[in-house]
Amino acid sequence: MAALAVHGLEKRYGSVHALKGVDLEVEDGELVGLLGPNGAGKSTLVKIAVGLVRATAGRAEVVGARAGSRAARAELGYLAELFRFPGWYTADEVLTLHQRLTGSDGGASERARLLELVALDDARGRRVEGMSKGMQQRLGIAQALVGSPRMLVLDEPTSALDPAGRRIVRVLLEELRDRGVSVLLNSHLLSEIELVCDRVTILRAGEVVAAGSPAELSRPRGVELETDEGTRTIDGATREDVPDLVATAVAAGRSVYGVRVLTSTLEDTYLEAVGDEVS
Amino acid sequence: MSVVVTIMGYGFREAVRRRVFTVVVVLTAIFLVLFWLAVRFVFHRLSAISPPADLLVDKRTFAGAFLLGLAMFATLFLGVVLAVFLTLGVVSGDAERGLLQPLVVRPVGRATLLLSRFLGAAIVCVAYVLAVYGIALAIIDASGSWLPPSPAEPGLELAGGVVIVIALSILGSVVLSSTANGIAIFMLFGAGLVAGLLGSIGHALGSHTIEHASSIAAWALPFEALYQDGLRLISSSATGATGFLLQLGPFGGAFVHGWGVRVWAVGYLCVALGLAVFLFQRRDL
Repeated sequence: MAALAVHGLEKRYGSVHALKGVDLEVEDGELVGLLGPNGAGKSTLVKIAVGLVRATAGRAEVVGARAGSRAARAELGYLAELFRFPGWYTADEVLTLHQRLTGSDGGASERARLLELVALDDARGRRVEGMSKGMQQRLGIAQALVGSPRMLVLDEPTSALDPAGRRIVRVLLEELRDRGVSVLLNSHLLSEIELVCDRVTILRAGEVVAAGSPAELSRPRGVELETDEGTRTIDGATREDVPDLVATAVAAGRSVYGVRVLTSTLEDTYLEAVGDEVS
Repeated sequence: MSVVVTIMGYGFREAVRRRVFTVVVVLTAIFLVLFWLAVRFVFHRLSAISPPADLLVDKRTFAGAFLLGLAMFATLFLGVVLAVFLTLGVVSGDAERGLLQPLVVRPVGRATLLLSRFLGAAIVCVAYVLAVYGIALAIIDASGSWLPPSPAEPGLELAGGVVIVIALSILGSVVLSSTANGIAIFMLFGAGLVAGLLGSIGHALGSHTIEHASSIAAWALPFEALYQDGLRLISSSATGATGFLLQLGPFGGAFVHGWGVRVWAVGYLCVALGLAVFLFQRRDL
């Protein structure tokens, strides 16, 4: 059973067709990235998955339970794109509140572990209003992990983080995947998605325009050959062509110093998929 | 149950932080001091007040009922201020600020969340209204040795009226922004008071049309009907010219009253809360 299964999902806001029959699955322990320009429907999809928005048509299930149902919410951890915790709560109190709402019996040890995971163990007693945006975002991630959810939905979790903070989150995501937690990660940061995600889904205007692992989405772009004559690119050549290319160059009396197989990056794939839409 | 208490505590701390209680406590203290001075002055000068010789007026009852009516009006107003500021942004306001989303996705559920916020506000407002009403009663009793025949009932009806305003404010918060909701609730409150005053005027003028319009307003806005019924109860022991004069004033009491309006108010409350929950469950956040 998939941790998150979305089939034929549609959402209309009046005359705006935000989602036009989206299919998406996140398997157990899988980390799936969601990409797309602004207005592509990513946040709508995420909000339907966590039960904040009702679908117009189609089906969304979390661990077999209808998205938005009590059973589905019990399996979920969620970090919203735009969220705020009451400024007068301390980090520890925010987690205590969510432990109570989740029914988690993890107590102080769970709170301490989560704060340590997001490198906020020193800020346990600090009020939210005294935290930087990045610290609040890391606290948001810790909050999403309260109760050890099986499915974690993170909407732009690193938008306010500096490089060090992003690294903490990246390591955390890898750790969660190793523990079997499924993650749907909505992010604008392509490099981040490319680094940590098992699969990527690209949305455009409410439709899935590309999906697959980062490796599947990358395509050959030729082979770069460095010889005593300089560097040249052989377009259309693949990894399999390398021995022949090298043999031909050597036979022609050239000295070969280096060979590099060129593939498109996730950024290239993304830009091809979304066309000229500005993200 | 612990979840309900947690959410109630969350709302309570939010109100403390936003200094809602500070504002209300300061306003209440100012009102009670002024009220105490007024009551002392009126009862001290009671012997100097001389109604027309051909009218047999119980001056103590008239003064006591009039002053308590005034206190009930002020208590209702302050209670409504507290109720509105505790609840006007429970859904839309908190959603706009991003406070609601992390809570709504928890297993606790939207209905429990909303009803817990209602319950928290209701407990605070009922305690507040009963306390202010009780202090006003004590001031009148201490200064003028007068109490209405059944002192507890008007206070309970007043508290009931504020609970209905809370339910309306929570319902409004589901469909309106905080500002629009606040304006709407205060306008409803004002409309109810004006309708009650119109009823008194209609009664004095013998205009059944105005009385009828006032009755419709009382059924449509039962917080006003409960307030008017409370006023009726405090002046119920006044008979003859005393009762007639009280009826002519702004604190004369209801033309729609009794158990009918109380039962209606309970039903109205349940419908308002049920509708709020229904709309909240269908609302996209």
